[in-house]
Amino acid sequence: MRKVKDRVFIALLGTSVLLILAILVVLIANIAYHGARQVTWEFITQPPRDGLMAGGIFPAIVGTAALVILMSVVAVPLGVATAIYLHEYTPAEGLTLAWRRFKASKGRPGRGRLLARAASALLATVTRSAVANLAGVPSIVFGLFGLGFFIQFIGRNIDRVTQPPGEVLWGQGSLLWAACTLALLTLPTVIVATEEALRTVPQDLREASLALGATQWETIRRVVLPGSLSGILTGAILGISRGAGEVAPILFTGAAYYLPYLPTDVTDQFMHLGYHVLILSTQSPDVEATKPLLYGTVFVLLALTFLLNIAGVLIRTRTRSRGSR
Amino acid sequence: MSRPRHVRNALMTGVFSLAGWVAIVFIFLIFLFTFKETTVVLNVEHMKAFFLANPPVWQPTSDIPKLSLIPIILGTLKATVVGLLFACPVGVAAALFSSEFAPPRLREVIKPTIELLAGIPSVVMGFFALIVLATWLQDTFGFVYRLNAVNAGLALGFALVPIVYTISEDGLAAVPRAHREASYALGATRFQTAWKVVLPAAAPAVFASFVLAFGRAVGETMILLMAGGNAAITSFSLLDPLRTLSATIAAEMGEVVVGSEHYAALFFMGALLFVITFISNTVGQMVIRRMSRRMQGAAS
Repeated sequence: MRKVKDRVFIALLGTSVLLILAILVVLIANIAYHGARQVTWEFITQPPRDGLMAGGIFPAIVGTAALVILMSVVAVPLGVATAIYLHEYTPAEGLTLAWRRFKASKGRPGRGRLLARAASALLATVTRSAVANLAGVPSIVFGLFGLGFFIQFIGRNIDRVTQPPGEVLWGQGSLLWAACTLALLTLPTVIVATEEALRTVPQDLREASLALGATQWETIRRVVLPGSLSGILTGAILGISRGAGEVAPILFTGAAYYLPYLPTDVTDQFMHLGYHVLILSTQSPDVEATKPLLYGTVFVLLALTFLLNIAGVLIRTRTRSRGSR
Repeated sequence: MSRPRHVRNALMTGVFSLAGWVAIVFIFLIFLFTFKETTVVLNVEHMKAFFLANPPVWQPTSDIPKLSLIPIILGTLKATVVGLLFACPVGVAAALFSSEFAPPRLREVIKPTIELLAGIPSVVMGFFALIVLATWLQDTFGFVYRLNAVNAGLALGFALVPIVYTISEDGLAAVPRAHREASYALGATRFQTAWKVVLPAAAPAVFASFVLAFGRAVGETMILLMAGGNAAITSFSLLDPLRTLSATIAAEMGEVVVGSEHYAALFFMGALLFVITFISNTVGQMVIRRMSRRMQGAAS
C-alpha cells in the first residue's frame, strides 16, 4: 500500500516535468510549423513593403546583427575584465577570513598588507552582490536608464559641445546607445560565466608561471586566459543570445518602427527582429493578414537565439568533459 | 629585470581594479538616474494622486490628468500572483523529481530542456500568449475577454519556471546524502524521504527561488505588454484585461513629453520596479549564500 502511494506521488512530480516539456514542444512546434514555410529567400533579403503588410525582414536582421555585435564589443571586454579582477586580484579566502586574519595579527609586522587584503575582499563582495543585483534589474528599467543616462545625459552633453546649437546627433535613440544599454544587461551573464571559466584553470599553473618569474599580468595573458578561452566564449555567446532577444531595453533607445534604409553609423536608428514582432503583433490594422509575416519573423528570431544557445551549451559541455578527464 | 614588464603589470593591475568598480558604479547610476527623472512628482500632492485618488483612474493624457497608480499596481499583482501560482509548484515539483527520482540519463535531458525554455525571448513568449494561448484558453473556458490575467499570468509563469527550477534544484542537490540515508534507515519510503526530509532541508533555496521569481515577474515587460490586454482598470477579477507597471512604461514612454508630469510618473514606476526587484534580489541572494554556507558546513 505504501509502495503504491509512493509511486502515485512520484508520478505526480514527473507529470510536472512532462507539463514543462509539453509547453516547450507546443511552443516550438507551433512556431516552426507556421513559421518555417514563411522563410523564403525573398523574406530574409527584402525590406518590408506596403506598410509592413508584405515583403521581408532584411533590415531587421541587419539591425539585430549590428546591435548585437556592437553590444558584445562593449560587454565582453568589460565583463571579462571584471571577472578577472574578481577571480585573480581579490583574496581567495573571502571577506570573513581576511578580516579575521587582520584582527588576529595585532602587534605583528605586515598588518598593512592584511588590511589591504581585507579591503580588497570587501570590494569583491560588494561587486559580486552588485553583479547579482544588476542581473535582477528588470529589462524595462534598463530601457529607462538608457534613455535617462545615455541619451538625455551623455548624448545631450556631447551635442552641446560638438554640435551647432539646436542640432541633435547624439542625444537621441541610436544603435550606439541601444547597444550600451543592452551591454549593461548582458554584463552579469558574461561576468558569471567568465569567473566560472577562470575557476577551471588549476592554481598550480598560475603558481608555476609566477615561480618562473612571470608577472601577474603575464601569467593572466599567457596561462590563465588561454586556458579559459572556451569558457569565456560560452559566456559571451550566452550573453549575446540573451541580448539578441531582449526588446524592452531598446524600446526608447533606438529601435525604429520602419526604416527604408540600413543603419550605416552608430548614431543611426535601426530595425530589430524582436521589436518587429512587437509591432506586427500589436500595431497591425489587419491581424490575420500579417500573421504569416509575424510567424516568419518569430521563427527567425527564435532560430537565432536557439542556435546561439545551443552553440554556447555545446562548447560548455565539451570543455567540462575535457576538464574532468 | 626589465622595467617595462613591471610597469605594464602595474598598469594592468590598475585597469582590472577599475573594472572591479564597473558593476557597483552602474547599479548606483541606475538608481541615481531613475530617481533623478522623478523629481517632478516627488512631493506629497503627487503621492496622494498616485496612491489615494478616488476613484482610482490612470488617464495621464486627459484634459485633467488622472494619475492613480492603483489600477496598474493591482494589474501587476494579479499577473504576478497567477504567474507564481503556476511556476512555483510546477518548478519545485520538477526540481524534486529530477534531483530525487529521475535516472541520471533523464536528468541530462531535463536540464538542457529547461535551459532552452529559459532562453526563449520574452517577446516570443508574449507572441505565443497573444496568438496561441489566448485563443486556446478562450475557446476552452469561454472567457469574455481574450486577453486577461489568467492568460498573461500563465505565459509569465512559463517564463518563471526555469528560475524556480534551477535554484530549487541546486538547493536540493546540495542536501547531504547522509540525510537521505538516515531517513531510509528509519524505514521511510523514497517519496517520504524526498518530501519530508530533503525538501525541508532545502527550504531556504526553494524560498529564495520564489523570491527571485517574484522579482522577475514584477519586472517582466514584453509578455504582459502583449498578452495582458492593456486596460488600466481597477478590478480584482482574473478574467478582466490588465495592465502592469512595466507594460505602462513600455507603452507610454515613446509618446510622452520629456520632463513632463507624465514622464516623471513613468520614471516613478520604473523607480518602484527597481526598488522592489533590488530588495527581492538582495533577500534571495542572501538566503542562497547562507544556505550554501550551512550545507558546506554540514557536508564536511
